[in-house]
Amino acid sequence: MIEVKNVYKSFEDTAVLKNISTRFGPGKTNLIIGKSGSGKTVLLKSILGLYEIDEGEIWYSDKNLVDLAEKERKRMRREIGMVFQGGALFDSLPVEANVRFPLDMFTKMSGKEKQNRVQFCLEHVNIESTAFRLFPSEISGGMQKRVAIARAIALNPKYLFCDEPNSGLDPETSTVIDKLIQSLTKEFQMTTIINTHDMNSVIEIGESVLFISKGEVCWQGTNKEILNTQNETLNDFIFANKLYAQMRKEQS
Amino acid sequence: MLGRVFGRPEKPKMYFRQLFHEIDSLGVNSVWIVIIISVFIGGIMTIQFAYSMSNPIYPHTLVGLGTRDTLILEFSSTMLALIMAGKIGSNITSEIGTMRVTEQIDSLEIMGVNSASYLILPKIVAVVFIFPFLFIISVFFGLLGGLVTGPIAGVISIPEYIDGIQWLFYPYYVTFSLIKSVVFGFIVASVPAYYGYYVQGGALEVGSASTKAVVNTNILILLFDLILTRLLLT
Repeated sequence: MIEVKNVYKSFEDTAVLKNISTRFGPGKTNLIIGKSGSGKTVLLKSILGLYEIDEGEIWYSDKNLVDLAEKERKRMRREIGMVFQGGALFDSLPVEANVRFPLDMFTKMSGKEKQNRVQFCLEHVNIESTAFRLFPSEISGGMQKRVAIARAIALNPKYLFCDEPNSGLDPETSTVIDKLIQSLTKEFQMTTIINTHDMNSVIEIGESVLFISKGEVCWQGTNKEILNTQNETLNDFIFANKLYAQMRKEQS
Repeated sequence: MLGRVFGRPEKPKMYFRQLFHEIDSLGVNSVWIVIIISVFIGGIMTIQFAYSMSNPIYPHTLVGLGTRDTLILEFSSTMLALIMAGKIGSNITSEIGTMRVTEQIDSLEIMGVNSASYLILPKIVAVVFIFPFLFIISVFFGLLGGLVTGPIAGVISIPEYIDGIQWLFYPYYVTFSLIKSVVFGFIVASVPAYYGYYVQGGALEVGSASTKAVVNTNILILLFDLILTRLLLT
């Protein structure tokens, strides 16, 4: 579980996060949504410790990230998997070596054990063995995202972060990626936080949804509740897409 | 940045693997270009020395001596470093810069890897290690270029040239230039790495950082050339 308590963050004179408090539970997909510039990426990077917050607490189970020394933070980061917007696979390494990288760096596994783990992770994200030796530039965007997910789960993390995992993907592939993240979250009981502005993802896998507007928590609930909310700011965000306006009309 | 670069490696074995990869990609892959440039420059210098010393009061051996000393003292250390700043330096900036803008460096950081150390330290060690060898290769092939070109151009005979390159040889010149090579190797790897590591933006900014890195590396090389020459040779 990850708990964020009264977090403030500003850049020079601009307050980006204002008194954010929330809780992200294990075994379910927690989504952070909001317009571009609302502060969701800053929140995600603050939770990851890539940005130092001005005030507040960020608890990973019983450890407050703010109080941890750099060495302890580094150790804790090994419990974190991250899927970046563009995949962020290492260009110079083939698919297999990308997934093996964290194992080479942080474990004392034998070559055989590493090979088995790499195969397990890649098979879990439906990558065929014929693609194992290809370089990231030789595979499609959707495959790159799946390899990035495989790399993120290689060390069996407790926490999985995904920054706009569907950006640049077609709707069908986006759904595949969403479902994959959700099933892995349940299987490995990870605390998963997904940063997105894709409403399809919200409807498909938004077991817990946090809506941020102008750096503040504006609404929190589930995908089942979101279409019936009376929150005006959230409604403006959701129903900018006419399809969801239609869905709401049909529901009512 | 240098504090982080020289920090304790997470897994030395991985760094060594990276080091051998960098020696191959930055050093061994530069050998051919060094040979080609050195052979041509050695040949050109021999012809030019022969013309400028065509007066009968100068012994012909001066042509070999001039070629040798210019290669050892300046060309194979400083000029080669300037050329390598263009080849190796721009390669380092664009590689690390692209990793920065495509979030590959963030990815390493989130894994708990000291990205500055993992990406930059092997490059610095590889270039510092390979530069003295490139210097020796350059001197050898530069002299060979003169040996082949001089007689073909009809400006000097082989025995005169060989006499010249053996005449008044001070081994300290080689030591001096080897010291310069090590210093220039450090500059050629570290300055571009700095520009690549801290680039912000996209492909355009990576290109611009690469240009800045090469220009500043060249200026620093010339500055340190002056300082080292003043300190070690006078």
